[in-house]
Amino acid sequence: MSILIDENTRVVVQGITGSEGSFHTKQMVAYGSKVVAGVTPGKGGQNVDGIPVFNRVEDAVVHEGANASCIFVPAPFAADAIVEAVDAGVDLVVCITEGVPVLEMVKVRSYLTGKKTRLIGPNCPGLISPGKCKIGIMPGTIHKEGKVGVISRSGTLTYEVVWQLTQRDIGQSSCIGIGGDPLVGTSFIDLLALFSDDPATDLIIIIGEIGGTAEEEAGAFVNEQVKKPVLGFIAGQTAPPGRRMGHAGAIISGGKGTAQEKIAAWEQAGITVVNNPALLGEAAASLLK
Amino acid sequence: MKIHEFQAKKILKKYGVPIPRGAVAKTPAKAKKIAEELGGKSVVKAQIHAGGRGKGGGVKVAGTPDEAYRAAQQIIGMNLITHQTGPEGQKVKQVLVEEGLEVVKELYLGIVVDRALAMPVIMVSEAGGMDIEEIAATSPEKILKVAVDPATGFMGFHARKLSFGLGLEKDLNKQALSLIAQLFNIFMEKDATLVEINPLVITGNNRLIALDAKMTFDDDALFRHPDIKKLYDADELDRLEVEASQHSLNYIKLDGNVGCMVNGAGLAMATMDIIKLAGGSPANFLDVGGGASAEQVENALRILLADENVKVVLINIFGGILRCDRVATGMVEAAKKVKLQLPLVVRLEGTNVEEGRAILRESGLTFEVAMDFRDAAEKVAAITKTIVP
Repeated sequence: MSILIDENTRVVVQGITGSEGSFHTKQMVAYGSKVVAGVTPGKGGQNVDGIPVFNRVEDAVVHEGANASCIFVPAPFAADAIVEAVDAGVDLVVCITEGVPVLEMVKVRSYLTGKKTRLIGPNCPGLISPGKCKIGIMPGTIHKEGKVGVISRSGTLTYEVVWQLTQRDIGQSSCIGIGGDPLVGTSFIDLLALFSDDPATDLIIIIGEIGGTAEEEAGAFVNEQVKKPVLGFIAGQTAPPGRRMGHAGAIISGGKGTAQEKIAAWEQAGITVVNNPALLGEAAASLLK
Repeated sequence: MKIHEFQAKKILKKYGVPIPRGAVAKTPAKAKKIAEELGGKSVVKAQIHAGGRGKGGGVKVAGTPDEAYRAAQQIIGMNLITHQTGPEGQKVKQVLVEEGLEVVKELYLGIVVDRALAMPVIMVSEAGGMDIEEIAATSPEKILKVAVDPATGFMGFHARKLSFGLGLEKDLNKQALSLIAQLFNIFMEKDATLVEINPLVITGNNRLIALDAKMTFDDDALFRHPDIKKLYDADELDRLEVEASQHSLNYIKLDGNVGCMVNGAGLAMATMDIIKLAGGSPANFLDVGGGASAEQVENALRILLADENVKVVLINIFGGILRCDRVATGMVEAAKKVKLQLPLVVRLEGTNVEEGRAILRESGLTFEVAMDFRDAAEKVAAITKTIVP
């Protein structure tokens, strides 16, 4: 099994006619994802590699049965695109776009409260259920079907972990990049709960980084509610305070949000923490024994 | 993006928030002239982005215009070192000369976005003058907070909760209510990530005045605030960091000797961590972006090599959709163009990795090709040890 997406997921790509959108649509289709529609306002009626393009997300839902959206529109329009997808009633919205203003996300988060739609991202690589469906920009080929769930705030660091797993013949149930921004739609906790309930996930790997308190909250949740083994790594042990380390959300401010605090919180919660990211694959193998 | 105190105060003034009378001077003569116009006591304050200016000797009280002249003479051109500038300090180009006020009490007022609540939060404290982090650590009960739900936006209650909570009465309360509302307007209208008045002072004649002001703005929202973008001061940033940002590279200079280039922020942080674990010390953080195109690799190499502390370079690229063979070809071109002299360790992983490694080995350049993440760090550490400091 897998969480959030599988072979029944029908994807609409918002921003399908842009260069990023059309490139990654091809990649998703090649992986086997069912991309059923695209949306670019004003370009309805066209098609991209045979995929029909609509003016509105709701048209993609009505005519093509889309139930998940993948957003590639430029940052100034991304919040608008998210709200449109939520309004159209898709179950899942994955926003790849980087650089959405924080105050836009404040509004989006408020709007999402009480809605059935789940938002992943923004500023994320997306998610994949190996062998079934990928929504996002991660290289599909490095993944393998299996029983490890991966949750991460980072893109390429997630690929690194997945690669280490696949090299050891350890497959993944689903891998989700939640995004590197200060405000994202889905937290570690939301996904820990889903993996915890997924009978096909035996081990959960969680990759955190400096900034904010999402890791500490995840630790408390693992301590109280997760019975499966959890393996973790926190990036940024050597990051200087007060500097944004690439991701908008990766910043130690006022002495808070350090890797050391987060590692301590996780160890206290019973999460197996490795200090060396090169050892994640090995550690996963030994936890699965 | 950070701005200077005097720039933040101009914004405050525009929104009707009371600030001390004063002006900016780039020369001691100008400082003296401003002090003369103000009359009486004045305060001469270094204008740099970092906090902690007072402790570093960047703020001086002057009793007369001649004293203001001497204070400005000492401060302008000085290399001001505070806990936020780092040991190298920051050169002061200009001072703000303001009227000296009779301060009865110092308060704190600040607005940030709370990441856990996903809402803007307004904070006040009677313990003004101290860093908010310091207050939070020593006397958290002295911080009053209210979150502003975007569903309602700012309401009168938000300000009342804080103002009455501080025990302000009558006219002071009235001033505080309007001041808090205006500060919140600035925060929302300008896409700020921090707006802080610390201290907000009560003066002898019972007025609330913003004695200091600090604002930072959301880089991702600058596209819709040309007025704020204009306030950018590249002199406050590291020269290499400015150049990197012009090439859309995420580069942060650190003080080690292992230059590193990585694709992706998370992997870049993890690479710095692993350098340290192997006994080395990272000279920088550098994210060339997920794609790592040949052009970006060249720009990145040039920038990280411009740091003279760098003695060895580690490139760690995870080739995903952009295949390793393409990355390797770009890397060889870039290394030739920048005439790389230093030892270089390359760790390449992902799609078509064998082809990629072969290209590196056969390039005629002295690449050390690492087999995995750990191997890369160990190779770097081994080279670092042979370099005499």
